[in-house]
This record gives sequence, structure tokens and C-alpha cells, in this order.
Amino acid sequence: MSMSSNPMLSVQGLTHWYGARLGCRDVSFDLWPGEVLGIVGESGSGKSTLLSCLSCANRPSGGQVLYRDRTGAMVDVHALSEPRQRLLMRTDWGVVHQNPRDGLRMGVSAGANIGERLMAVGARHYGDIRAGAQDWLGRVEIADDRTDDLPRTFSGGMQQRLQIARTLVTHPRLVFMDEPTGGLDVSVQARLLDLLRGLVADLGLSVIIVTHDLAVARLLAHRLMVMKDGTVIESGLTDQVLDDPHHPYTQLLVSSVLQV
Amino acid sequence: MMDTGYNYAYLDEQTKRMIRRAILKAVAIPGYQVPFAGREMPLPYGWGTGGIQVTAAVIGPTDTLKVIDQGADDTTNAVSIRRFFARTAAVATTEKTTEATVIQTRHRIPETPLGEGQMLIYQVPIPEPLRWMEPRETETRKMHALQEYGVMHVKLYEDIAHYGRIATSYNYPVLVNGRYVMAPSPIPKFDNPKMDRMPALQLFGAGREKRIYAIPPYTRVESLDFDDHPFEVQTWDGACALCGATDSYLDEVITDDVGGRMFVCSDSDYCGDRRAAGHVGDQGATAADYVRVTEAGQ
Repeated sequence: MSMSSNPMLSVQGLTHWYGARLGCRDVSFDLWPGEVLGIVGESGSGKSTLLSCLSCANRPSGGQVLYRDRTGAMVDVHALSEPRQRLLMRTDWGVVHQNPRDGLRMGVSAGANIGERLMAVGARHYGDIRAGAQDWLGRVEIADDRTDDLPRTFSGGMQQRLQIARTLVTHPRLVFMDEPTGGLDVSVQARLLDLLRGLVADLGLSVIIVTHDLAVARLLAHRLMVMKDGTVIESGLTDQVLDDPHHPYTQLLVSSVLQV
Repeated sequence: MMDTGYNYAYLDEQTKRMIRRAILKAVAIPGYQVPFAGREMPLPYGWGTGGIQVTAAVIGPTDTLKVIDQGADDTTNAVSIRRFFARTAAVATTEKTTEATVIQTRHRIPETPLGEGQMLIYQVPIPEPLRWMEPRETETRKMHALQEYGVMHVKLYEDIAHYGRIATSYNYPVLVNGRYVMAPSPIPKFDNPKMDRMPALQLFGAGREKRIYAIPPYTRVESLDFDDHPFEVQTWDGACALCGATDSYLDEVITDDVGGRMFVCSDSDYCGDRRAAGHVGDQGATAADYVRVTEAGQ
């Protein structure tokens, strides 16, 4: 993990209300280049709200999300114009959704799904686009002969891997993942986690990963934030939080995992 | 002439003003789809309600109208629309491309090059080129506004992946004036190059979707493609069976139930002109026997 002195993402006092109902309150943290931050907590604790505010899917009610762009300047992403935000999402950022159907175009082939991100940033050479798509299919362990098949003919695990390939093909610097292993069976989860861990290390990605699965957090995340009722109640290095939880809720969370 | 009980050119003056405003805006922003308050017309959606409203808004008593459907002047739709304007707008009608000042068309651009002072009005079923990839109207408008046209190439990519070439053969997406991606209505891609820098004004009316868009004269129109799969138009091995033309768009006509077929020009005026000038295809009557019969203008 390469730690430079400047954070890549700096979140300050992020708060989001759904009308009178609280989504998340006063969340602040820094994310350094190459770091994987896990956000854990039970359903309804505000994890996904936080992620949607970070990834520009939602405009927060208060607080700031500052991002250090490729030129080294800190930009307030919610103050950017919509075209710049969308450009950021196409180039520097990527989102892996829990349900692959949200992140894929189900009506076009696997190759086109990966190629779309390339074409969206201006690739106009069919041979290159196809080669790039097949390279990424290989990296996520999908056979070449499935390039022209529709994602709906894929298994759940393959769809999720395809979504990851589609997100990573444009070499984003920061990836948001929302329960990337949700809905997959245990052995498929394990392979996907292996794959993700390899890719994150190879590409030096910064990742914010939301999960309710502490095993996923332990495998992938360098640092953890534990959320409950919309606020961060504990944060620290993953092993530290999981092995020596301080907050009563974190203790409950850790102790409720079945020890096999 | 005004025995129809309707206002001149069927639509009331306020409606025509509204449509003209939409047309002016469309001409000012080439390729941009301008919403307009489309009216009910006395023909069903899909038969040219958009084109007919645009024509009604621009036509005047001194105009000469030509209407074509699939390139032909003598098909039902073309004949009805031509008669409609002959009755309600008292315009002269013609089948000759060169004589017309206003040409309403469905599915073709005439083979004879159009000149300044002519207007080509297309009937458009689905004006949104992004619709195939993105069903949400709010999202497609945003994509146009931000010039996010990457998905247009996804469709072309799929064609090459499945067929080895760009198999899209009609309604082939174009980029107008380097800015807006536009659906050229279901004309064959054979006609796409004719739109580029055409001296005539091109107007597009979509009645059901209530959109008008335009290409002003001499505007750049490029067909989308890949660097290694450049845009190309359809070609035929044979020539028109009636006039022998090899440079026009040919329709395949089944002539019997044992596999007999012939290829003929889809542009009936172009074919007729050539035959009148003495060109004969391998199944055409000899030039001396050919008599050109036209319905319009009588």
C-alpha cells in the first residue's frame, strides 16, 4: 500500500436527511491513494446513503466531499457542474452495484458492456475496443467465447465479475462498491473476493466498500468504519476494530458472526 | 378553392405560427429536437402526421408540392397527402423532383440532387436516436445536452460483433454539424451521404412524439462509424430492370411464386425520367413504346 502524504478523498461533516428522516449524520474521514476503506453496519444504518452521497448519486443535505483530481487540485465534487460530475464518474471513478443488473446493460453483449465505458471516453477503433474488452474478460476469468453472449445468460457470479470488468476497464482511481458479494453463494463469494483483492493490489485502486459481511471487510479492507443509526460509531484499522472492538455495538456485531 | 370549410392548409393560423416557431428554433440548432404541440391530423399516427404538419406550416399558394413514400409518387400514402394539400392549400402538385419546391418524404431522399430553394420534409416515426439504448426521456435529453454519445457506438459495436460488419441499414445515426446525434428517419443508409451539405433545407416532423428538427442548407452531416469499420452504403450486383440505372437505390420485387424477382429503382420519378430519356433495362419496354403517365398535376 502506497501512502502519500495527501488524501485522495476528504469527507467533512457529510449529512443527509430524507425529509425528516435521517440518512447519515456528520460523517468525516480521509481516504489515501491505494487504500481500501470498509463501511460496515446493519441494514438501515446509513451505509448506502453515505455511499450514494459520496458517489454523486445523491446530493447531501450538508457537508463536503473533496476529491484530489489527477492534476493534484482538491475539488468539491458536489459543487461541480453536472457535466463535470458525470465526466468524473466516467473517467476517474467507478461504481460496482450490489445487483449487477443496475450496473450492466442487459440487452447488449458482454463485450459491448465493457466496450461502452471505452466508447464513452472516446474510443472509436473497433479492434482496439474488442481487444480491451477481451483482455478484461480474461482478467475476471470469463472465457473468450462468452464475449458476444448477453449478460442475462451469465450466472450471478459471472454477472458480478462482468460488472467489475466494465467498471475497471477505464482505469478509474477510486471505486465505490456496494455489497459486491451480496446474493452470491459462499464459494463464488470467496473467488470473487480473491479476484477483487488481486485487482485492487495490482491496479493500486482506492476503494470504498460497503458491506454487512465482516468476513468481506476483513479480507479486503485496510480500514473500517462502523455505522449505526446514521452515524459512525467506531473506526480504525480493520484488524484492530474486529479483534478489539470498543463500542458495545461493534462488540455485538463482531460476536454475532458465527465462528465455524 | 376554399370550399373545404377548413383554414388554408388545414391547420389554423395560431397552430401554424407555433409550428413555424419550432421550425425556426430547429433550424437555429441543427439536429436538436424541438418539442411542439402536435395536433390531431385527419390521418393515423405513423402515416405522416408530423411531416404533414410541418408541410402545412411552410406551404404557400405559390409552392409546388411533391410527396413520396418509399421513393414512389404513386403509393397510397403519397397520393392521399398530395390530394390533401391540393384541396386544402390549393398548391400545384408534381411528381418531378426538379419542379417541386416542397417535397414531403417517407423513407427516401430523391436520387436527383436537390437545390437551393427546395425543402425536403421527412416523416419521422421515432426521432430519438438514443431510444434504443436509453428508454428514459429525461436521460436522453441530458445525454444530448452533455454530448454523451458513447452508447450510439455500442449498437454499431454489437452489429460488428454479431454480423462482422455494421448491419444497420436504415435510420443510420448521423452527427449533425459536429454537435447533435440525430436519427435521419428510416431512410436507407444509402441516402445518408446525400444529407451532407445538401443545398436544400431539410425538416423533420415526428407527429406522435411531437418533435421537430432540422438540417439547414450546407450543414455537415456525418454518419457514425468506427476507424476500422468505416461507414459504407448498400450496393447491388445488378441494375434497375426498367431503366438500367446502376447508381440508384433498388427495390427487390417478387414477380411470381417460383423465385422470379426483379430489381427496380425505388425512386419512381428518377426511373421514369431515365426511361423517357431512352435508357432501357433488361425487362423494360423499348424507349419508343414507353409512355410516362403521372397522376399528380392533373
